[in-house]
Amino acid sequence: MPTGAYLILAAAVFSIGLVGVMLRRNLIVLFMSIELMLNAVNLTLVAGSRMWGNADGQVFTFLIIVVAAAEVVVGLAILVNLFFRRGTVDVDVPALLRS
Amino acid sequence: MTFAAAAGATPANDLLTVTDGVLGLAWLIPVVPLAGFVLVLVAQRWLAARAAYLGIGAAAVAFVLSVAVAWQVIATPATYLRPLPRWIDVGGLTVGFDLLIDQLTVVMLLVVTGVGLLVHLYSVGYMLGDSRFARFFAYLNLFLTSMLVLVLGSNLLTLFLGWELVGLSSYLLIGFWFEKRAYATAAKKAFITNRIGDVAFMVAMFLAFATLGTLDIVAIVAAAPTLTSGVAFTLVLLLLGGAAAKSAQIPLYVWLPDAMAGPTPVSALIHAATMVTAGVYLTVRLSPVLVASVDAMTIIAWIGAATALLAALIAMRQDDIKKVLAYSTVSQLGYMFIGVGVGAFREGIFHLVTHAFFKGLLFLAAGSVMHALANETDLWRMGGLRKVMPITFATSTVAWLAISGVPPFAGFFSKDQILTEAYLHGYGGVYLVGLLGAVITAFYMTRWYVMVFLGPARHREGIHPHESPSSMTVPLVVLGVLSAIGGLVLNPVHSGPLYRFLAPISGDISGLGYTPVGPLGEAQLIPISIVAVSIGIAIAWLLYARRDLSGGRLVDPVRGPVAELMERRFLVDEVYEAVLVTFGTRVARALTWVDRRIVDGAVMGSGAASMATGRLARRAQTGMVRTYATVMIVAVALLLAAAVALTSDALAGLVR
Repeated sequence: MPTGAYLILAAAVFSIGLVGVMLRRNLIVLFMSIELMLNAVNLTLVAGSRMWGNADGQVFTFLIIVVAAAEVVVGLAILVNLFFRRGTVDVDVPALLRS
Repeated sequence: MTFAAAAGATPANDLLTVTDGVLGLAWLIPVVPLAGFVLVLVAQRWLAARAAYLGIGAAAVAFVLSVAVAWQVIATPATYLRPLPRWIDVGGLTVGFDLLIDQLTVVMLLVVTGVGLLVHLYSVGYMLGDSRFARFFAYLNLFLTSMLVLVLGSNLLTLFLGWELVGLSSYLLIGFWFEKRAYATAAKKAFITNRIGDVAFMVAMFLAFATLGTLDIVAIVAAAPTLTSGVAFTLVLLLLGGAAAKSAQIPLYVWLPDAMAGPTPVSALIHAATMVTAGVYLTVRLSPVLVASVDAMTIIAWIGAATALLAALIAMRQDDIKKVLAYSTVSQLGYMFIGVGVGAFREGIFHLVTHAFFKGLLFLAAGSVMHALANETDLWRMGGLRKVMPITFATSTVAWLAISGVPPFAGFFSKDQILTEAYLHGYGGVYLVGLLGAVITAFYMTRWYVMVFLGPARHREGIHPHESPSSMTVPLVVLGVLSAIGGLVLNPVHSGPLYRFLAPISGDISGLGYTPVGPLGEAQLIPISIVAVSIGIAIAWLLYARRDLSGGRLVDPVRGPVAELMERRFLVDEVYEAVLVTFGTRVARALTWVDRRIVDGAVMGSGAASMATGRLARRAQTGMVRTYATVMIVAVALLLAAAVALTSDALAGLVR
C-alpha cells in the first residue's frame, strides 16, 4: 500500500477526533476524541518511518503513547473529582471563572 | 572693652587654621542653642516653666563663648578658620561646616548673643503664663542658632543654611500666636517675601560658582578683583536682592511691619539683633566684591536712602506703639544700606551695633508698656506713664535720644558718620535725603515718646499701670547703658577703636575715586546734623507735648491728604496686593487648570484606557473549555495554512 493511503486514513481519524473535541460536551468522549487525534499522529509517524526506512518515527510514537497514558491519568483524576463535586461530567457546567 | 589698634592704613589679615583652644571650641556657639532647642522641644511638657532656665542657659553659654572668642581675636587679630566635617563634596564643589572667625564675625557674635541673651531674660517675665511658654524658648534658641550659623559660616552655602533657618524661625515666632488668623498671615507674608530674596541670593551663588568656581567666602573675596565689571555688577545686585529681603529694603520691606504680630520680645530679637542685620552683614562680608562695581554700590546707596525716607514718613503717622518702631527699623536699616552703598562699610556695621542696642531697648520698653496696660497698643490710649513706670521711662528716654541722634548717645555717632561719609564720598543727593530722614526720625520718635509717657493718662478705665518685674527691667537697664555710652566707647570719632578693629575686613575703597560733594568737612557736617535733629525734636515737641491729645487720632496735628497717605503707608501694600498677589493668584489658577485637566487628564486617561481595553478583552474569557479548544484549533490551522503558503515548495516535495 502506498504511504498516501495511510496519510489519508490518519487525516480522517484526526478530523473525527477534532470534531469530537469541538462539539461534544461529555468529558469522557472528549478524552476519547483526544486519544483519536494522538493516534492519528502516531499512524502518520509510523507511516513516515516505514517510507524513509528510518526508526526515528517509531521511537517518537512510543514516546507519544507514554505521554498520552500520563495525560489520561491526570485527565481521569480531574474527571473523577469533577464528578464527585458536581455530579456531572459536562464540561460546560463548571464555568466558575466567569463572573 | 578695648580693641587692639591695628597697624597701618588697611592692614590685611593673616589666614590661620585653628583646631584647639577657645577658637577650636567655637563650634559650640551655634551648637549649644541648637541643643537647647531640641531638648526644650522634646521635653516641653515635663519642663514646663523650667524650660526658661534651659533656654537662657544655652544663650548664656553662647554669649560667654562669644566673649572668649572675641577676646582671642582682639588679642591676635587675624582671619581664623576652624575646620569642621564636610557637608557636601561632589565634583568641584566642596562645602564644609568650617567656621570663619574674624573681626566682623566677632562683632556680630557679640551683638547676636548679647542682645539675644537679654531678650531671653526679658521673655521670662513677658511670656509668663502663656500656654506655649516652653516652646517659645525653644524657638528663641533656634533663632539664635540660625543667626550664629549665618554669621560663622565660612562658605556662602553654610551662610545660606543659616539664612534659611532664620527665615524658618522668624516664621515660627511671628506666627507664635497662630490662633489669630492675621498673625498666621503675617508669618506667611514674612516667609514668602523672604523667599523672593532667597531666590536672588541663590542665583548669586550660582553666578559666583560659575565664574569663580568656589563658594568659599575667603576665596571669593580674594578673587573679587578678577571679576569683570559686568559680572561684578550682576553679582552685587543679586546679593542686594537677597539682602533687601532680609534687611527689609524697598521693595521687599513690607513683611517687617507685619512681623509685629509676634510677641514683643520676638520683635526686639528680629529687629535689633538678628534677622534684619543679616543683609547688612552679607554685604559687608562681601564688601571686597562690592567695590568691584561702584555702579551697583550707588544703587544700594539710593535704595537705602529711599527706604530711610519712605519708612520715616510712614512712621510719622502710625498709631500703633510697635508699628512706629517697625517702620523706624526699616528706616534705620536704610541708613545702614546708605553706609554700605557709599563705601562706608564699617560705619554701616557701627550703626548696626548701636541700632541693636537702642532698637532692642525700644521694643523691650514697648513690651513693658503693653504689659502694664493690658496689651494696649494704641498710642492715643497711653500717656502719663512717666511716674508709674520710672525704669521703663528712664531707659526709653535714653533710647529716644539715641535713635534721634542727640549727642552723646549711641545713635548720634553712627548715623552722623554714615551721613558724613556719604557727603565725603560724593553722594550729595543721598546725603540730603539722609539728613531729611534724620529730621523726620527725630520727629516721629519724639511723637512716640511724648504720646507714650508724657501728659495726662489716656488709657481705658480700670487699668492700673505698674512697673514690670525685674526680669524685664534688668535687660532694659543693660541696653539703656549700652545705648547711652555705646557710641562713645566704641567709636567717638572717625577712625575710632571699632573702625581700626574692623579695617582688615572692609573692602578697599581707595581705588573708587571718591571726591567730596563740597568744601565742608566733618567739623561742619556734625553741627548741621545736630541742628537738623534739634529741628525735628522741637517741631514734634511743640505739636504734641503742649496739646490735649485725649481727642484721639482726629486731633493729630499732622493732617491733610499727604498725612492720610502716610497713614495708609503710601498704599504700597494695596498696590502689591492688586498687582502681584492678583497676578500670582491668576497664574496659580491657570496652573491648577493645567494640572487638573492636562496632567491629571493624562494620568487618569491612561488608566481609563487600560480599563476599557480590559473590559473588551474580558469578553474573550468565556470559561467554556470547548470554546478555548476551538479557538486554539482554528488558530493552529490558520498558522499552519500561513506556514504552508509561505513554504509550499518544501511541502510539495514531501507529498510527491
